[in-house]
Amino acid sequence: MAAVVGLAACTAPDPSVTRGEIFDPYEESNRKTHEFNRALDKALVRPAGNAYGGVIPQGMQENVGNFAENLSAPGMITNNVLQGDARGGAINLFRFLINSTFGFGGIIDAATEFGVNVEYTDFGETLHVWGAREGAYIELPILGPSTERDALGKAVDLFTNPLTYVLSGSDRRYSRAAGVAKRLGERNRYGDTVDSVLHESADSYAQARLIYLQSRRFDLGGDMDALYADPYAKSADAGAENAYEDPYADPYADPYAE
Amino acid sequence: MPTHTQIHTLNSFNRRATLGLIAGALGVAVRPGAAWALDAERAKVLVDKVVADINAVISSGRSEAQMFRDFERIFAKYADVPTIARYALGVDARRASARQLSEFTEVFARYMAVKYGKRFREFIGGRIEVDRARKVKSFYEVRTTAHLRGEAPFAVTFLVSDRSGADKFFNMFIEGINMLLTERSEIGAMLDARGGDIDRMIADLRKVG
Repeated sequence: MAAVVGLAACTAPDPSVTRGEIFDPYEESNRKTHEFNRALDKALVRPAGNAYGGVIPQGMQENVGNFAENLSAPGMITNNVLQGDARGGAINLFRFLINSTFGFGGIIDAATEFGVNVEYTDFGETLHVWGAREGAYIELPILGPSTERDALGKAVDLFTNPLTYVLSGSDRRYSRAAGVAKRLGERNRYGDTVDSVLHESADSYAQARLIYLQSRRFDLGGDMDALYADPYAKSADAGAENAYEDPYADPYADPYAE
Repeated sequence: MPTHTQIHTLNSFNRRATLGLIAGALGVAVRPGAAWALDAERAKVLVDKVVADINAVISSGRSEAQMFRDFERIFAKYADVPTIARYALGVDARRASARQLSEFTEVFARYMAVKYGKRFREFIGGRIEVDRARKVKSFYEVRTTAHLRGEAPFAVTFLVSDRSGADKFFNMFIEGINMLLTERSEIGAMLDARGGDIDRMIADLRKVG
């Protein structure tokens, strides 16, 4: 495991790069991957998503999505345990038990009906909790925006779900098919938003990168207090000049600070 | 001879009008004073109004074009549009002429209404709840939670300031995604693609809206 953490910290950002900024030394190759992903979405994923959304009734799409999510719960619980997150682990375990039984094998998200919402986690977050740095930004083929840490997390997560070792070959295929169907349903459901970033933006690569990093850092940070405290103080010291010169310097920049 | 009811109505009208005049006069006199400075409660009130207006539009069942106009009106009413537009232009705001700045501000407001209005469509059947407000630096942060059907609740945060002369929000975060920063990146990319030509960027942004 120590070796894994060591790997995760592979590309050390320039010391001047703080958590609020973007570290993208592979931008050139990332942009090529991005063009591939964009073409793939236009040619395959978007039409497939539209077809799926058009043919499968809304209720059934939700059932499939719930089923796939329930099967991913044991993997999340493993990561909760690795992070020492008792609360998240208990919530996800409770959800898995309730949904597998009262939710008819996971097709109904009964736990959410009771107000117990999923606590998403993955091995990328586990690495974060263990102190690994985010590393460089990477756009992965097919999977999309990521970072070095999260990409490694994704690879490790192929092995963190205990269900994969229990399910028979055909069950594993169903599980995988449900996962793909869930993705297609989401591509359809959030179609306008995805289109606006991927196909309508002036620089879809930069938009996807910015949105992914902000959203991921928000998820890992939990609450925004930690982010608020530091950058505000910094911008107060640096003044307005810096806020304009580096658009990524300060996510909570004060536009009135002139 | 007016009836009793008519007199009563007349009296209450007069009383209301008088109270209104007094309140108006007080408002004018007191507004610059410190007692009327923005506080957490007022920031929360502003976001309550924004949310109520957005909720009303998304449940109105009006056509998309009408909804975009409604969002543009909400944006103009509650957001500090000139400050947001200037921030979105970034360094280029400094070399922009006054005409370019005002033209950009107008086009940008329409662009934002359409872009974010499309997102709010996903909110149909959902609701936004205002949670709490607190002071951060020179402004206020108001946290809200969006509840969408079949979706885990997610955080929407507004930043509110009165530096424009009125209580307005100047930034919004959806699950940590900073609206100002995202739009500055987008407008910057549009300018780059047009060799930094502000007029061409404005003309093309007008088409998007």
